[in-house]
Amino acid sequence: MKTYLKSGEPYVLLTGAGLAVVLIMTMTLIGVVMTNGLGYFWPRELVRYELRDGTVALGELMASEKNPIDGSRRIQIKVSNRDVLGQDFRWIDEKDIASRSVPKDAVLIERKEHGNFVGFLKNVRTEGLVSETAGEPWKQLALARQALLPKLEAIQKLKNSMSGLNYSAERIRLKLLKLEYNGRQQNAAAIAELTTDRESLMTRFNTLNDQVNTLQNDLSRFKAEFSDASGAAKDVALTEIVRIQRPNVMSLFEKAAAYAGRIRELLLDDPRESNTEGGLFPAIFGTVMMVLLMSVFSLPFGVIAAVYLREYAKDGMLTRMVRIAVNNLAGVPSIVYGVFGLGFFVYGIGGSLDKLFFPERYPTPTFGTGGILWSSLTLALLTVPVVIIATEEALASIPRGIREGSLALGATKFQTLIKILLPMATPGIMTGLVLSMARAAGEVAPLMIVGVVKLAPTLPFDGHFPFFHMDRKFMHLGFHIYDVGFQSPNVEAAKPMVYVTTMLLIAIVIIASSLAIHLRTKMRKRYITSNF
Amino acid sequence: MTQNRDAADTILTVKDLNLHYSNKQALKDITLSMVRNQVTAFIGPSGCGKSTLLRCFNRMNDLVDNVRIEGSITFEGQEVNTPDMDVISLRRQIGMVFQQSNPFPKSIYENIVYGLRIAGVNDKAVLDEAVERSLKNAAIWDEVKDRLNDSALGLSGGQAQRICIARAIAVNPDIILMDEPCSALDPISTLKIEELIDELKEKYTIIIVTHNMQQAARVSDVTAFFYLGELIEVGETKSIFTNPEKKQTEDYITGRFG
Repeated sequence: MKTYLKSGEPYVLLTGAGLAVVLIMTMTLIGVVMTNGLGYFWPRELVRYELRDGTVALGELMASEKNPIDGSRRIQIKVSNRDVLGQDFRWIDEKDIASRSVPKDAVLIERKEHGNFVGFLKNVRTEGLVSETAGEPWKQLALARQALLPKLEAIQKLKNSMSGLNYSAERIRLKLLKLEYNGRQQNAAAIAELTTDRESLMTRFNTLNDQVNTLQNDLSRFKAEFSDASGAAKDVALTEIVRIQRPNVMSLFEKAAAYAGRIRELLLDDPRESNTEGGLFPAIFGTVMMVLLMSVFSLPFGVIAAVYLREYAKDGMLTRMVRIAVNNLAGVPSIVYGVFGLGFFVYGIGGSLDKLFFPERYPTPTFGTGGILWSSLTLALLTVPVVIIATEEALASIPRGIREGSLALGATKFQTLIKILLPMATPGIMTGLVLSMARAAGEVAPLMIVGVVKLAPTLPFDGHFPFFHMDRKFMHLGFHIYDVGFQSPNVEAAKPMVYVTTMLLIAIVIIASSLAIHLRTKMRKRYITSNF
Repeated sequence: MTQNRDAADTILTVKDLNLHYSNKQALKDITLSMVRNQVTAFIGPSGCGKSTLLRCFNRMNDLVDNVRIEGSITFEGQEVNTPDMDVISLRRQIGMVFQQSNPFPKSIYENIVYGLRIAGVNDKAVLDEAVERSLKNAAIWDEVKDRLNDSALGLSGGQAQRICIARAIAVNPDIILMDEPCSALDPISTLKIEELIDELKEKYTIIIVTHNMQQAARVSDVTAFFYLGELIEVGETKSIFTNPEKKQTEDYITGRFG
């Protein structure tokens, strides 16, 4: 036994066991997130429960629990119809259930407001919209929705024009502010001209707005009549319907198509209903853009700092202190970075920028408030130590012979760096990039202070010059998880969304890291020296 | 010390050179001169200062901390050891080949033209000609002429060392310093490089450090024997090896120590 311990083999097995434990934990975490997240979108069947007290509940089976005291079970049904019943979810004890059935014509509607609706389709009123009658209400509904689409597109086009007009009017307003600030007298002519321009834009805006309102009012008279589980009638305007399905008669193929449609909506659409429904596109966009911006800031600074520390700085007390300081920076809590970013970037630099360049907009801040620029800079500060350490390691691992060989040929230190050392250190720098992206994508605390919001009306990148709007606030997946999980008014409805958002965030980090690792592997193949 | 050389042919002179690494003295009062187009060999046991002296010639000891050099090294009449000396151009005129071959992780072509590119030469015709000339002079042209764009890291040890020699001669130096160039190679490659040295000395001056005495005897015209940082004896290779003046030299050559 003693020789077995001395041989060292148990310790090797121990390290293997440690690695296995870590892998299992990671897989479990990802597995839990994936199953809960991905499973959310698969269409569930609608079950009709008749209870012993005579009431009826219609909805999707979400969960079941066993009472540990007496062994009885209870199930959670998503009965939807929030506007009629008050809450989406309901717990029912199994012993109260008299019978259950799966009605073929049960309908599930996703609405623009008030969440989902479950019930039965009775009739569709489509006079003026569709000329032909299809006989069956379900087919009639499909025809009606089809006919509705071009009208909705026309409304959307008008809305887009309106937003363009609004944007131009806003820019003129800001120009006017600036001219008035510079001096009302000398710029009187320009002010007058711009004021008339703005007024004409607003008039056009109002005209379009009236048009949109008329069209929407016109369309809202097309309704579908439903009855809910208990038989009460309910009208739903056709324009309110986002998606309508009969889950109990859907084939596997149709369910898969519905699933794909919901994934697409998740990735590309805007959120609805206080971030508990709809898509995550602004959050995804904000997270990716912020991580990219942060890399743009942290990589050059980190690499240059590491190069200086390793190549040019003399080995003395000062260099050692700088190195200690850099290593310690990596351990500072991220909220401290947030507070620093708020004070230095937002109020300090942002405030000064506002005073210098936008004094006419006082007291509304432009750069003196949180935004994507300050968030990226704050996180760049957070991750610069990681890049510095990785680059230093990479430079230190280059064999001395290469350096001497280059210098012996008459190269300056700078030429050696640029032509040989930095290209060879690139795989190590990529490692630093991967680590920094993974760390930054998950940080939420500092971002809450320097520029992330629950709901941002615009993206930080759009088609209007200057395209990148660095002063805008943005949405972020990490913050989204916190907001949806803890700040939302409807906790049960929000739970699946939390899983989905977590899954997306992990997916983004995995994709970004994989890309960087792939690049790194390709570079390693080129630069491995064979002379060891 | 026997010196029968025409003073006008002298290319590199060392006078009263003393070198200290922190507190330890590595070179003591070295005085020596080397003649153009000859191969001078530095021999001696390990740690006697031969490589240190070699590295003084192209100021490579600048890379080491805590080095103090006193005395004079004159190259083509110019003092090497002053702050005024342009180290970059000095290193172009005095090239170096190291013990462990160190091709850059680039293509063979880029390795050879590296010295020219950093000097500002970018004309493709000039570079192509330099590559062909250097590789031919380094006796490796036939082996690599079809794979100039392949990575230099894929070469064998002997080939890599010849590439390093070609790289050094591509910038047309006056002197080539070789620090034990064959100690990491097999006998066949060693032989090839020794033949190469024989051809190269027609165009360049070569100073080679070696602890292989037979190699020194085969390859060099002048041999200098060092021991514990001092220059014990220097003279024509034939006389050093057949009829050394100092007893220490004789002991070393006959293998009684070192």
